[in-house]
Parts: sequence; C-alpha cells; structure tokens
Amino acid sequence: MNYNVNEKGYYGDFGGAYIPEMLYPNVEELRQNYIKVMQEPDFQKEFKELLKEYVGRPTPLYYAKRFSEKYGTKVYLKREDLCHTGAHKVNNTIGQILMAKRLGKNRIIAETGAGQHGVATATVCALMGLECIVYMGAIDIKRQAPNVARMKMLGATVVSAESGSKTLKDATNEAIRDWINNPTDTHYIIGSVVGPHPYPDMVARFQSVISEEVKKQLLEKEGRENPDYVVACVGGGSNAAGIFYHYLDKPEVGIIAVEAAGKGIHSGESAATSALGKEGIIHGSKTLLMQTDDGQITEPYSISAGLDYPGVGPMHAHLFRSGRGEFISVTDADAMQAGLDLCKLEGIIPAIESSHALAIFEDRKFRKDDVVVVNLSGRGDKDLNTYIEYFDLA
Amino acid sequence: MNRINKKLQEDKKLLSIYFTAGYPKLEDTVPVLEELVKSGVDMIEIGLPFSDPLADGPTIQESSTTALKNGMTTAKLFDQIKDIRKTVDIPLIVMGYFNPMLQYGVEKFCKACSEIGIDGLIMPDLPLAEYEEHYKATFEKYDLKMVFLITPQTSDKRIKQIDTASDGFIYMVSSASTTGKTSGFSNVQRDYFERIDALNLKNPQIVGFGIKDEETFKAATKTAKGAIIGSAFIKMLTEKGIEGISSFIKSIRP
Ligand SMILES: Cc1ncc(COP(=O)(O)O)c(C=O)c1O
Repeated sequence: MNYNVNEKGYYGDFGGAYIPEMLYPNVEELRQNYIKVMQEPDFQKEFKELLKEYVGRPTPLYYAKRFSEKYGTKVYLKREDLCHTGAHKVNNTIGQILMAKRLGKNRIIAETGAGQHGVATATVCALMGLECIVYMGAIDIKRQAPNVARMKMLGATVVSAESGSKTLKDATNEAIRDWINNPTDTHYIIGSVVGPHPYPDMVARFQSVISEEVKKQLLEKEGRENPDYVVACVGGGSNAAGIFYHYLDKPEVGIIAVEAAGKGIHSGESAATSALGKEGIIHGSKTLLMQTDDGQITEPYSISAGLDYPGVGPMHAHLFRSGRGEFISVTDADAMQAGLDLCKLEGIIPAIESSHALAIFEDRKFRKDDVVVVNLSGRGDKDLNTYIEYFDLA
Repeated sequence: MNRINKKLQEDKKLLSIYFTAGYPKLEDTVPVLEELVKSGVDMIEIGLPFSDPLADGPTIQESSTTALKNGMTTAKLFDQIKDIRKTVDIPLIVMGYFNPMLQYGVEKFCKACSEIGIDGLIMPDLPLAEYEEHYKATFEKYDLKMVFLITPQTSDKRIKQIDTASDGFIYMVSSASTTGKTSGFSNVQRDYFERIDALNLKNPQIVGFGIKDEETFKAATKTAKGAIIGSAFIKMLTEKGIEGISSFIKSIRP
C-alpha cells in the first residue's frame, strides 16, 4: 500500500482540495510549482544552509539512558526542541518562506494556536524582510501572552480572530479568509500537514528532514537505519509526519501516533481525533475530524494548545484507517507527569505537546532490545506557566 | 424544465436573495421565504448554516452562528420547508458548505431536496473536479443544478470548463473577497464584468458579493443576467426583521 500522497493529492481516501473557487488560483499555483521549486538546486542549497546555520540542524539524536532504564527499553530522543525558536515548526517555515519568495509573494500570513508556529513564521519573515500577519484566536492571545509579545518583537502584526470559538480552528478560518481577500501578493504559511493539497505534502516534505537525519544518526549509533518504532505527538501532525516520513514504507518500523485525550476520551473535553472523529472536510481537506452528527465542527480540548485541533492531517487519517499507524491517546494528567519525569530523569524540560509522546511508556510496553525513537518536538519554555500552575511550583 | 432554467429565460434582470435558514429565529425560515416571494424577488438561496464558513465575511458568519445556536440542522431545515411548494413557485437553491451535506449523506440530501422541490445547490467548497468525478451523477439524477463560482482571478480557460460543466447559471463573484465587502464597484470590477460578458458563455451569469442597493444592483446587472444580495439583506433583517423585507426589496428594484 502507498502511504504517501498520490498524484491527485490523496492519501488513500483522505486529502484533496475542498476549497472555494476564490482560493483556486492560489492553491493551483502552489500545486503546479511546489515540487519543481523544491527540487531546484539553489532552493535546496539555501534551504539546507539555513537549516544548518540558522536553525542549528542536524538536531541531536540523544540516547536517553535513565529514561530507558526506567522503562526497560532503548529510547532515543530526536531533539527538535533544540531548533531555533524551540520547536520543529521552523523547519517548515524556513521551507515555505523560500517557496513564497520564489513565487514572488511579499506578504505572509499564518495561523497559530499556542503561538509556536506564529513565532516561527514571524522569525523567518524578519529574516527575509517580509511583511507578516499572524491570526490567533482571541482566547489564545490571552492564554499565550509571551508568544504574542515575541511575535510583535519580531515585527509581526498579530490579528485577533473573534469568530466562532476564538481558538486555532477560527484563526485558521481567518487566515484563509485573508488569503481569499488578497489573492495575488500573499502566501499562506500553514503550520501543519493540514489544509488543501498540496499543503500536507509540502509541509511533510519540509519536515522530512527529521527522519532523514534519524536514519543517518541511528546507523552511527546502532548500526542500522531503522528503529523498531518511531513515536510522535499529533496535533495537525507535522512533527509526526517528519519523523514517520522515511519509514512509511518500511513495515519493520512501527509507527506510533499520540493524540491528546484531554480530560479523557469520553469526557467531552478531548482532542483525540482518531478515536472521536469521523470523515469530513475541514480547512479544505477530507480527513478525520471531530464534529456533530449534523456535520458542524466541534471544539476540541487539550491542556496543550498545540494539540488542540479538531482534525488531523490526511496522511494520519490514512495511517489510522489503513492500520499502518498505531494510535494512542494520552490524558492531560499523564502527559504532565511524563513531562515532569523527563525533567528529573534527563534534565530536559519538554513542551507539553511532546510530553504526550513520552507518556505512552507507562502502558505501552516495549521489548528490552527495541529501539524506540521519540520525536521531542519542542521545549517547554513556552509552557512554564502551565507547568507552574499544574504542579503548584511557584 | 427545471425552474432555474425557466426563470433565466424571462426577459428581465433577476434579483436573488440569500438568507440564513433559522435566522433571526429558528422558525423564521418559512416566513422569510414567503415574505421574499410576496416582495417580488425572482430567486432565493436558502443558506444552510455551517460552523466554519470559510468564504463568508462577518455578517453571514454571525447569522450562521446564531442559527446554529437556535437549533438549526439539515434535518430541521428540510422539515421546515417540506411543504414550501404549496405556497412558493420561484426557483429555490440551497447554499451551504459540503461537510454537513456529506454527514447527512450526499444521495439522501439530494433526494430530500428533490422531494421538497429544491432546484439547485451552491456548495462553495465542493470544487469542480471533485463534483464531476464523484457527485455529478447523483445531482443530475435528482435534477439539481450545481452552481459554480467564478472570480476576477479565474482564468478564461477555467471559466470555459465551468461553463461546460454548468447547466443553469454561473455565480460570478464580484471581487476577490469573502461575502459582505461593500465598498461599491470600481473600474476593475467593471472591466471584469465586461471581460466575462465578451466570453459569450452558454450559461447566464448572476453576480454576487458586494451588492447592497439599487446602484450596485444596476451596475452588476448591466452585463449580467441578475444579482444576488446576501450580507446587506441579513443586516437589514437583523435591524428591522421580517417587516423590513418588502421595503428593502423595493429600494433595490423600485
Ligand atoms: C512543540 C510542539 N509539538 C507539536 C505540536 C503539534 O503540531 P504538529 O502535530 O503539527 O506537529 C506543536 C504545535 O504548536 C508544538 O508547538
């Protein structure tokens, strides 16, 4: 079976471009050009150079000795938390800003939930001297004040999304509406492997540098390119797509996607899309999403703003339905504890998103000699307030 | 003959009104429809509200949010208008986003529309290619006309494809925008209207987005067959209620 995108923009039953005609010229321009542009030698050169000199790649593949001992298996952490700006998100924004420049766009828009993607976008816009407008839900603006300040310091305009539930999905709607209203000079930098084709594929390709590096690094450390498992948290699914990418067609590598169960899958406050979602259309893509029986999109919940999205990218919907991926959901409480454990065991403060991936080891048992690579998608600086409040650390 | 095709043959400029079902009150759907017919409009688009209406500006978004809060659903709408053909005989089009239709079941949705006497559908996020590959046969089986949008950025080549795929009218979006931008028409739009007119399409065009008064209605229908008013109508409805409908329609087309 093919787990990557086909020529029509689908992953199995999922994907496509369900967009209003107003967006057709923009999306079509991107579709026709993205692979061609990405393959140009000078694009590759600039992309690789920026990832190395500016982002700080390759990020280490770190053998977490004490964590491994605790769980009786071999756990490596892919240290995306050490990327400039603090998460994997910047791999994608570097790629897309170079794409935007080659398509002649001079105005950049983006959506953000927690603010990580907004910061990563504002950063590359500052780097390239391009105008940057970031849409963020009014509620998230209040919850994530430090990231709002960072974006402003970087020169971006932060626009409050006041529609609907005033969180990530509404910020995405507003960014799409902006794009409809500015069809010629603007590029929309989507922050995950979501949205209409070709976005999921383009973002996955930019993030695929993660598994490209893991292959080389694991060969050095373990004498083999393939681990037994790769594990990542899934909000929209970009860090997961990045670490799964080069292993999709390697059946010997188990793929584990970790979703946010929030207060529990059946609590009504959850973001576990594979467990609760049904096939439908969100933000231009046919995928699994949380919705009412009547097809209205529902509001998800997770303690981690980056996992608080009612859908998953079409690649992940396909990995779920085909059975290629194992999907696990982790509650707020288990994720928070796993995050704190990593601090104590390894001296690394993880983003709460990434803590979800770390939390599976309590229940999901691995063999002693299994090599399990966990994508540590981001660092926890942005989450300090949440950690402080949750564990009463002040 | 489908009511849309028949209406388009009439020798006059058509006025079509969009409104959100279940707004301002859940049970206002039918009273609004009947008052619009009494006021002499030529065609009506019944908006099925969606939680995430990407192509819409604030006015229609807010009316959709209110309608959903009021309890509007697909099944509820079909139930409200099940006897509408006893009192209304102008073309009726359901306009909504694709996800609610998908959840209801595309065939079941089409069948319900056909039993009620709906003549066409506008689904802005169901693109031409998907429609033709997966849904066209079902729409046609129930004699539902799918109405496609074009914009100033749509290439001539694609406009011709859309013209070929359409049997009814083409929804000509006046500018690159979401609904409810009402700054009037500039030369850019007039050029666009004329460019489309010169293409001699087989389907007549009806202009939407940005029509709000007599002046914009006249400008839009100089070349096009008709015009659709949405946000301006919803705004009036919010302020004046159903009693305001007839004088609003008179102000557009005295
Ligand atoms: C550190 C971190 N990890 C994961 C995510 C989730 O996004 P994705 O599923 O696209 O990797 C986010 C999103 O903000 C993030 O900041």
